[in-house]
Amino acid sequence: MNALLFNSTLVIYAVAAFCYLSLLIKPKEAVGRAGHWLISIGFLVHVGFTVNRYLEAGHTPITNLHESLSFFSLAIVGVFILFERRYKVSILGSFVIPLALVILLVSAAFSHAIPPLNPALKSKWLAVHTTLAFLGYAAFAVSFGTSIMYLIQSHFLKKRRLGSLFQKLPPLDVLDEISYRCLTLGFPLLTFAIISGAIWAETAWGTYWSWDPKETWSLITWLIYAALLHGRLTTGWRGRKAAMLSIVGFVIMLFTFLGVNLLLPGLHSYK
Amino acid sequence: MNIIVVGLSHKTAAVEIREKVAFAPTQMEKPLRAVVSLPDITEAVIVSTCNRVEIYATTRDVAGGMARLKRFLADYHGVPLETLESHLYSYHGEDATRHVFRVASSLDSMVVGEPQILGQIKTSYGYAAEFKSSGIILNRFLHKAFSVAKRVRTETKIASSAVSVAFAAVELAKKIFGELSDKTVLLVGAGEMCELAAKHFINVGVRGVMVTNRTYERAEKLAQEFDAKPIHFEDLFDQLHKADIILSSTGAPHFIIREKDVAEVIRRRKMKPMFFIDIAVPRDIDPKVNDVENVYLYTVDDLNGVVASNLEQRKIEAAKAEAIVEQEIGQFFKWLSSLEVTPTIVALRSHFDEIRKAELAKTLAGWKDLPPGAEKKLEALTNAYMNKLLHHPTSMLKKTEQGNRNDLYVDALRNLFDLQADIHEENNLMELED
Repeated sequence: MNALLFNSTLVIYAVAAFCYLSLLIKPKEAVGRAGHWLISIGFLVHVGFTVNRYLEAGHTPITNLHESLSFFSLAIVGVFILFERRYKVSILGSFVIPLALVILLVSAAFSHAIPPLNPALKSKWLAVHTTLAFLGYAAFAVSFGTSIMYLIQSHFLKKRRLGSLFQKLPPLDVLDEISYRCLTLGFPLLTFAIISGAIWAETAWGTYWSWDPKETWSLITWLIYAALLHGRLTTGWRGRKAAMLSIVGFVIMLFTFLGVNLLLPGLHSYK
Repeated sequence: MNIIVVGLSHKTAAVEIREKVAFAPTQMEKPLRAVVSLPDITEAVIVSTCNRVEIYATTRDVAGGMARLKRFLADYHGVPLETLESHLYSYHGEDATRHVFRVASSLDSMVVGEPQILGQIKTSYGYAAEFKSSGIILNRFLHKAFSVAKRVRTETKIASSAVSVAFAAVELAKKIFGELSDKTVLLVGAGEMCELAAKHFINVGVRGVMVTNRTYERAEKLAQEFDAKPIHFEDLFDQLHKADIILSSTGAPHFIIREKDVAEVIRRRKMKPMFFIDIAVPRDIDPKVNDVENVYLYTVDDLNGVVASNLEQRKIEAAKAEAIVEQEIGQFFKWLSSLEVTPTIVALRSHFDEIRKAELAKTLAGWKDLPPGAEKKLEALTNAYMNKLLHHPTSMLKKTEQGNRNDLYVDALRNLFDLQADIHEENNLMELED
C-alpha cells in the first residue's frame, strides 16, 4: 500500500511537471488547468501516503532522509497550490513542481523501510519540530523558484530581450510579491521550528542550545532570511537584490537540511 | 446565385473620397431598401466605416449587378461615377468570399489584427437584418464570415501584441508592475508621442498623472487636459520618487535625468521599480540610468524595436490566418453551390417530363389502331429514355466533393433550358457547420 501510494504520487507529479514545463514552450490554458488538477490530486495521494506511513510506523514519518525528503516535497506542493490559487500564475509551476518532483525522486533513492524509532526521537515534539521546519523550508523553496523567475525576467527587461519566454513569465512586481509572501510565511515557521527544537533539546539533552552543526546552520539560515526581511522593511531590499538573497538563503537552507545530515556528524544526523 | 462585392477602402481611396460615399449609421434603411429594389439584386448588406464603404449583394447577373451597385454608390451620394470608378473594386464568387472573410478577420485593415472591424460589420449586418435586405444567402455568408474571424482570433496570435509605440510602452509597464491602477505617471516636457502615451496610460487606468515643463504655464495647461497635477520644473527631483512611470520628451540638448539622480530617487522609493521612457531626440535620460538597480529605461528606438518585432510576429500570424480563410472559402462554396442543386434538378426533371408528356399525348392522339398495351409500353419507353438521359447530369450535379463545379453546371442548365427555380432554405443538400 505504501509503495503504491508513493509510486502513484511520483507518476502524477511527473505528469504534472511535464504539463507545467510545457507551458514554457506553448502556453495553453487547458494544459495549465490539467497541471493544476494533476498536482492537486497528486497532493492528496501524497497526503494519503504520509498518513498511511504515520499509521504504519506509529510516529510522525519525518525521521530519516526518505521520509523527510518526501515530506519536504509534499510541503512544497502544498505551498505551491496555495500561491497558485491566490495569484493565478500557473507558470510558477514550471519552476516549482519540477523541484518537488526531483526531491521526491531523491527520496525514492533512500531506503523505504520503517526502522524502529531512534529512542532520542520518541517525543511529542518530533511532530511539531519537524513539521514546522519543513513547512518553512517549503515556503523558502517556492520563494526560491519565484526568485529565479524574477532574475530571468529582470534580465530580459534590462537587456531589452522581449522574446516569447518574457511574454510568458508574470510581471516583475507580481513575482516580487509572491516571493515576499513566501518569506513572510516561511520565516515565522522556521523561527518556531528553532524555538520548539530548543525546548525539545532542553527536555531531551538538558540544554537549549549546544552548537550542534544543525543548530549552527539553522541559525545561519535564520539570520539570512531575517536580514532579508529586515532589509526589505527598512531600506527596501526588493527586486533583484532580494531575489538573489532568497536564492542564497535557499542554498544555505538546503545545506542545513541535507549537507549537515550527510557531511557533518552531530546530534541531528538521521540518515 | 452569385455573391458580389463593390466598394472602396483605405487601400484604394484617400479619406477625401471615402467620406463622400460614407453612409450614416443611423440612416441605413433608405440605402438598403434602394439597393434591394435594384433590378436583379436580391439581397444586400452595406458596410460603412471610416476606412471602407462596401456593398455585399446577391445577384444572377454578375456584370450587370456590379455596374448597378457602382452606379448606385455614385448616384446616391451625388458623386460623378467617373471620379469614383478608379477607386472602386468589385469581386464576385470566390474572390468576393475571400474579400469579406479577410475584412472580417481584420486581414485587410490598416493595422492588421485591429479588432474593431468585426464589430462594425456585425452592426452593419444588424441593420440589414432589421430592414430585411439580407436573406438566406447573405445571412449565411456573414455568419460564416463572423465564425471565420472568430477562428482566426482564437487560432492565431494576430491581435495579441502592441503595434504602436505608445501601446508598447503600456504593455511593458504591465510587465514590470502588473497592475497599473496604483501607479503614477510623470510627464516631463510635452510632445505629441509623449501625450499619446500618457493618454494610453490614462485609458488603462493609472492612479494619477503628474506633469512638469520648463515653462510652468505649459505644464498647467497640459495638466488640465489630463486632469493631472502640475509640478515646477525645479522640483522635478523632489517629486520624482512619487512617479513609477516617467515619460520624458523635452527639447533639452543634454541629459536632464542622470544616473546619480535616479540612484538617489530609487533609494528614497525603497527600491520600488521605476520605468523610464525616453521619447526625446536628443535624449533626455542618461542611458546609464538603466544600470541602476530596479530601474528600466527604454528609448523610442527600443520601443520601435518592440513594435517592429510585434509587426513581424503579426505577419507570421497573418499567414496562418490566410490559410484559415482559404479553408473556409472552400466550405462556404460547397454550401452555396449545393443551395441551388436540388431546385435545379427538380426544375430540369419537370421540364423534361412536361415535354415528354406533351409529345406523348400528341402522338397518341393521332394514332388510330393502337394495339392493346402499347400505350403503357410507350409510356415506359419514353420514361426510361428520359431517365437514362438525365441520369449522368443529375449525378454530376449532386457530387459535392472538392473541385466539382456544380455552381457552373447549375448556371449552365438554367440558361440552356431556361429553368426557373426558387431557393428555399430547406433545399440545402448540406449544412454548414458554424
